[in-house]
Amino acid sequence: MSVFEPAVELVRGLWVTFKMMFEKPVTYQYPEEKREVRKRFRGRHELHRYENGLEKCIGCALCAAACPADAIFVEAAENTDEKRFSPGERYASTYEINMLRCIYCGYCEDACPTEALTLGDNYELSFYDRNSAIYTKEMLLDPAPVTSKLTPQKVEPGAFNRSVPEMENPKD
Amino acid sequence: MITDWTLWLEWFIKALVIIFALLIGFAYLTYYERRALARMQTRIGPNRAGPYGLLQPIADAIKLIFKEELSPAKAYKFVFFLSPILTLLPSIVIGAVIPWGATVHWFGRDINLYLADINVAVLFFAAIASVSVYGIVLAGWSSNSKYAMLGAMRSTAQMISYEVALGISLTPVILLANSMSMREIVEAQRSMWFVVYQPLGALIFWIATLAEVNRAPFDMPEAEQELTAGYHAEYSGMKFALFFMAEYQKMIIVSAILAVFFFGGYLGPGEAQYPILGPVYMFAKIMILLFVMIWVRATWPRIRYDRLMSFGWKILLPASLATVFLTAVGILMFDVAKNALWMWFIPVSSMLVFAICVIGVYQALRRLTYERV
Repeated sequence: MSVFEPAVELVRGLWVTFKMMFEKPVTYQYPEEKREVRKRFRGRHELHRYENGLEKCIGCALCAAACPADAIFVEAAENTDEKRFSPGERYASTYEINMLRCIYCGYCEDACPTEALTLGDNYELSFYDRNSAIYTKEMLLDPAPVTSKLTPQKVEPGAFNRSVPEMENPKD
Repeated sequence: MITDWTLWLEWFIKALVIIFALLIGFAYLTYYERRALARMQTRIGPNRAGPYGLLQPIADAIKLIFKEELSPAKAYKFVFFLSPILTLLPSIVIGAVIPWGATVHWFGRDINLYLADINVAVLFFAAIASVSVYGIVLAGWSSNSKYAMLGAMRSTAQMISYEVALGISLTPVILLANSMSMREIVEAQRSMWFVVYQPLGALIFWIATLAEVNRAPFDMPEAEQELTAGYHAEYSGMKFALFFMAEYQKMIIVSAILAVFFFGGYLGPGEAQYPILGPVYMFAKIMILLFVMIWVRATWPRIRYDRLMSFGWKILLPASLATVFLTAVGILMFDVAKNALWMWFIPVSSMLVFAICVIGVYQALRRLTYERV
């Protein structure tokens, strides 16, 4: 511990801040330049479809039951072979998530028996009033692979009777 | 008796130019500081309003002007209104005596690039700079709020303590230049800047001015974390902006004064042939000195209050007295012995004295620390 150590330390501090001036800023210019989210990031919910365009959601409301914040409201209706939305007996005729209540815990994802619901990458959720915080099925549902495969579809009888598909364990 | 109306016009225009330069300088100093601080923290800083964020100060000004002006119910209204003005005015008034350049020949007449070359400019500076303490202490007192009061008390104690060292550290400059006029002080530095002859004086002056304008690491009066902005805690809107303006204008002014006293003011290569280069050099020097202030703010933590006081009274005051003594001895010996070597006695001996002073205080502090344990 030398006498001049405090003075040396002061100058060393100055040198650190000066050096930092020539480093690249870490700032993201947000609206133009967006940051990649992490692999397991939990953002806005997405409702998925099968490749043939049918919705994965079967309207079982297990997500609503699992939700600790009571943010999800599901109402189911019957599928018919003339107007088929999803495999199996029923589909979600109403599917609403209140984004002001949602705490993004991901329990709904875990509860979903068909992997229909996942928490996606979108974190840009801001609203001007409470009503627009309620995201409906149309807003959450993935777009159909091609426009001809939109639901409801007219399908052959007996082809889509099984509601819960064969699934693998999640990989990531 | 001045009867030449063009002279009045010239003075009027020069006064307007100085006031507007300081006002715009204040606005853009905030931008400069924010950008420089941001870069030191590997951020970008304000870059949204206008190209490179250059309109940010204007946006801030518009926001502050339209903000609601609140005054506490139990405030002393008249003093409460008066104190921002009292704080701001001295910084503009000092601008009048700063020489921004030599004399230029325009429109068939000699125009001095300064408003007033009064022969006691150094005293004028010391006197006017002290007035702004009143603004701060009255602001704290009239707010009738404990945080504002504490901030004002700290500020007053700090400014009065450092004023002593500030005033004394000006004396070597007066001795070296053999004049109190700022113009003559600058002209005396044509051969050599005073910072070379008296580096300790420059250092003490700089530290004392940092304390005087309440900048980090001496920003005790407005310590955000402890005092919620100190003496201007109760101010909002334009009255707050005036305090803010005063602080930044004082930064500009003390940088200009430091440049004039120790860094050759408007002098620079080619200035003798083209006097218009004077303000350019002055501007560059002020920018560099302001950068150092910002740099220090980005780096050093706030000094503890008792250490602030002991630093002011136990190191700066003796050291500044020593600089006066050693400068006087050097000049006297130079006059008697006619040997230029005696001029170099000043910086060498003063740095030596400063080192001894620092060592002494350090050892004393260390003894104290050990005794406590």
